[in-house]
Amino acid sequence: MAVLFFGLLALGFYMHDLPLSPEKLQLYSWHKWAGVSAFLLVWLRLFWRVTHRPPALPTSMPKLLQLAAHAGHLMLYGLMIVIPLSGWLMSSAKGFQTVWFGVLPIPDLLEKNKEVGNLLQTVHMDLNLLFVAVIAGHIGAALKHHFIDQDDILKRMLPAHNTEK
Amino acid sequence: MKRLAIALAISSSLALPFAAHAVEYNQVQTDKSAINFTYKQMGVAVDGKFSRFSSQLNFDPAKPTAAKASFDVELASVDTGASEGDEEVAGKPWFNTKVFPTARFVSGSVKALGGNRYEVAGQLSIKGKTQDVVVPATFTAQGKSGVFDGSFTIRRADFSIGEGSWAKFDIVANDVLIKFRITAASK
Repeated sequence: MAVLFFGLLALGFYMHDLPLSPEKLQLYSWHKWAGVSAFLLVWLRLFWRVTHRPPALPTSMPKLLQLAAHAGHLMLYGLMIVIPLSGWLMSSAKGFQTVWFGVLPIPDLLEKNKEVGNLLQTVHMDLNLLFVAVIAGHIGAALKHHFIDQDDILKRMLPAHNTEK
Repeated sequence: MKRLAIALAISSSLALPFAAHAVEYNQVQTDKSAINFTYKQMGVAVDGKFSRFSSQLNFDPAKPTAAKASFDVELASVDTGASEGDEEVAGKPWFNTKVFPTARFVSGSVKALGGNRYEVAGQLSIKGKTQDVVVPATFTAQGKSGVFDGSFTIRRADFSIGEGSWAKFDIVANDVLIKFRITAASK
């Protein structure tokens, strides 16, 4: 999931600045296919999160930091839903329907409209910049837990670690 | 003599409605006309249009085979759905609008297919290349105007539209569907 999102982010920022070429159109299609896939997988992830409560944060953490951690995670989940959705809306408004893997047409949610399309492009871009910032915070916080606080927060994210609970 | 005059008067008054029926639609109203196209990009249909064109048309429903039509489409007025696409297709590999600013269609023979359906054979010239095309069209009278609707498919490669890295059809398909609606008033 993380690999998919990093790939999407990198591809998104890269392809945006390319001059128009067949490769660019191909990359856009791939980005849209992967984006739809990510959007579906996020709902699975959310379902898992709702049905499996993660272990509580270490009690050594100050209340304020605990609150910040929860807010950060909430934003990560929210952005993972909202960003693909904004891409989908933007494609609709720009008049370029998304056809998943070139086979399954995804319905257009909006009428074709240039202004709305450009606005949604800005929204998609800004949300991604925010996403990058929150991810950086997430990684930074995990590393801080591991190296400075020396607790098991980073290790417990790994699948092999769940055996003890 | 008087009788003949009355007979003539009656017959001419009877003939009048028929004469009025033999209207010729020849004043193209570009604001009520449109030339659109649909192309496929990686299997996904994308709509575009040309906003500037002119047209001459003479159509008398009583004499359809004598009809004539011509179109001049200003290729730089293309709307591909994306502004960077508009710039791209004006360039050399596509329309090369600097050298070939207009696309032109000139009708040849017109066949009546029955009902309101017609088939117009003609020649389409784009980018210095001319191809014979057959264009099916329908005619609908709307008050004082006649509306002509039709569509036909061209292959962009026939006109060297999209050369070089665009020449393959895996990203942008060869077939382009042209749809038109022409409204013409009678004089």
